[in-house]
Amino acid sequence: MAQTAFAPWDDPEAKPLIEFRHVTKRFGDFIAIDDLSLEIYEREFFALLGPSGCGKTTMMRMLAGFEPPSAGTILLSGQDIAPVPPNKRAVNMMFQSYALFPHLTVWDNIAFGLKRDKLPKEAIEARVAEMLKLTRLEKFARRKPHQISGGQRQRVALARSLAKAPKLLLLDEPLGALDKKLRQDTQFELMDIQEKTGTTFVIVTHDQEEAMTVASRVAVMDEGRLIQVDTPDRIYEYPNSVYVADFIGDVNIIEGHAEKSGDGYEVTFAEGQPKLRAKTANGLRGSGRCYLAIRPEKIAISSQEPQDAANAVRGVIDDIAYLGNLSTYYVRLDNGKIIKAQTANTRRIAKRDLTWEDSVWLSWTDTAAVVLEN
Amino acid sequence: MRRLLLISVPYLWLLALFLVPFFIVLKISLSDTALAIPPYTPTLDLGAGWAGLKGFFAELDLENFWFLTTDDLYWKAYLSSVWIALFSTLLTLIVGYPIAYGMAQAREEWRPTLMMLVILPFWTSFLIRVYSWMGILSQEGVLNQFLMWSGVISDPLMILNTNTAVYIGIVYTYLPFMILPIYAALEKLDISLIEAAEDLGCSRFQAFWLVTVPLSKNGIIAGCFLVFIPALGEFVIPSLLGGSQTLMIGKVLWEEFFNNRDWPVASAVAVILLLILIIPIILFQRNEQKQREAEG
Ligand SMILES: Nc1ncnc2c1ncn2[C@@H]1O[C@H](COP(=O)(O)OP(=O)(O)OP(=O)(O)O)[C@@H](O)[C@H]1O
Ligand SMILES: [Mg+2]
Repeated sequence: MAQTAFAPWDDPEAKPLIEFRHVTKRFGDFIAIDDLSLEIYEREFFALLGPSGCGKTTMMRMLAGFEPPSAGTILLSGQDIAPVPPNKRAVNMMFQSYALFPHLTVWDNIAFGLKRDKLPKEAIEARVAEMLKLTRLEKFARRKPHQISGGQRQRVALARSLAKAPKLLLLDEPLGALDKKLRQDTQFELMDIQEKTGTTFVIVTHDQEEAMTVASRVAVMDEGRLIQVDTPDRIYEYPNSVYVADFIGDVNIIEGHAEKSGDGYEVTFAEGQPKLRAKTANGLRGSGRCYLAIRPEKIAISSQEPQDAANAVRGVIDDIAYLGNLSTYYVRLDNGKIIKAQTANTRRIAKRDLTWEDSVWLSWTDTAAVVLEN
Repeated sequence: MRRLLLISVPYLWLLALFLVPFFIVLKISLSDTALAIPPYTPTLDLGAGWAGLKGFFAELDLENFWFLTTDDLYWKAYLSSVWIALFSTLLTLIVGYPIAYGMAQAREEWRPTLMMLVILPFWTSFLIRVYSWMGILSQEGVLNQFLMWSGVISDPLMILNTNTAVYIGIVYTYLPFMILPIYAALEKLDISLIEAAEDLGCSRFQAFWLVTVPLSKNGIIAGCFLVFIPALGEFVIPSLLGGSQTLMIGKVLWEEFFNNRDWPVASAVAVILLLILIIPIILFQRNEQKQREAEG
């Protein structure tokens, strides 16, 4: 993808479009955003990921101008935006609750922002038609919001926020109510729009696959703080904490005791089990307690003991989850620990040679696991 | 059976409290005056049987309605009532909307108290409240004394016994009927709609005008009808606060009944008033129904 070359966050010269500087937001005693600093660059597709109530919407609302920060500053193109009212910000937001105007038709909802710009009638009509086409709502243009389905409403909200082609677009769970097919199509449309218009997107999503697909960078949040901000592949391959590893995708977390050995660590995790070897770039602060995070698809499963594998452990298949294209094997080790291993189903299910209660070997390379401190 | 009973209750109510009195009034309006008790003929004499009934209906005619067209007073009074009711409804809306808006913007825990304050005047007698306005508005009244004391005016203003006093009285009396439906509509309004409007480039005022007002439209319509309908037939306020030139049909009606003791003409006036009122009442019902459909 073209995005491999796009990495302004690595460029010390690049000026961020949005900058959060030690921003805190309190609601009474409750701290919704906790001393958060963040830079988002122009043309980015920035995804916010995190559990419910972690402050994603609050961040969006501060950017749109509906909530002033309790402390710290937010800069847009280097300017403090605190004194700029929402209607003067080159920012449009798609609300999590859609906030469609119930007294206006779908068409008028989408045209609402364009009319405020005093565009000529033909220009508005053309733009609305374009948006209706994009979101496949042509048939519903004359209906009121209460006369269409939940997914259609979501598309109206999306179309309305896109219509003004703002410099910064905030999308709060824009695709949650859409079916998978339409969601994927819309994701690609969004990426396409982004490429064509150069708009910067900040998107909240609960769907990590979506974040992985569309985002240039992903921020994982928890309780008002950023835990990790990185490109999707790095978030996935090199999570900086057990929290991130666990939040993004499926993972095996093995708790153990690490000792430095060569360019990596040897981890003792249970009595009677071999030490596990893991190379790592980011060293631990010393020897001691650690967590190994290993993705299930990086673990190979076999009935024979594998030759020259860096790590190999024995276990019994406890359960098999068949996901169509993939199967996940739940393997119980001698100490009771369950390890998940995932393989692609390249053969038909009847030909599969592993089944329940089979004794198997699990193996992985010394670079498969990430060593984490906590 | 229970269902039938349940459905019949409102109809019985309507029959007993509206249709029966209406037909009695209609009948009187078709009768002639007489020096008798009651002061009109004919009276229904069921003892006379079929012939009596026939004679009874033969004596009814539209004479009183014709009479209403012969004297300017009546149509002028109707017209002036409509005008006064319309104008005071508008004033009530202008005064009531900001109050309702303020209430809906107030903090949640304050709202019941504010609502209470709006309803509070109903706890004292309507007549007493109108009399107090006489005390406030008269030439020696509180208002004039205050204005003269503060030096705004040097001669007392003539407010009492003018149409201005009638407007003040109607606005004051019917304000809660305007505030409550508008407040109910505004309270339901989702604040994120205003935010969305501002996000799309509206100023505060534009957002108010393009979102808040249309979404409180049903409250406004309900409030206007609730003020206009009783104001049209209002009698107490124009007779106590209004002057000799204040012409309202309620006052005319009262004078026909009690000063002239002309019950048939008075009834004819009442029937016409009701017919005038039926138009806005039907419109009101239609609005309510449309609203229910939109919400359901
Ligand atoms: N106006 C408010 N007053 C008090 N607390 C608030 C207010 N708005 C948000 N909060 C609190 O701040 C926290 C963050 O809320 P926010 O809406 O940002 O969550 P979120 O990450 O968007 O969650 P979700 O994924 O469920 O949408 C929540 O605990 C919420 O209860
Ligand atoms: Mg949210």
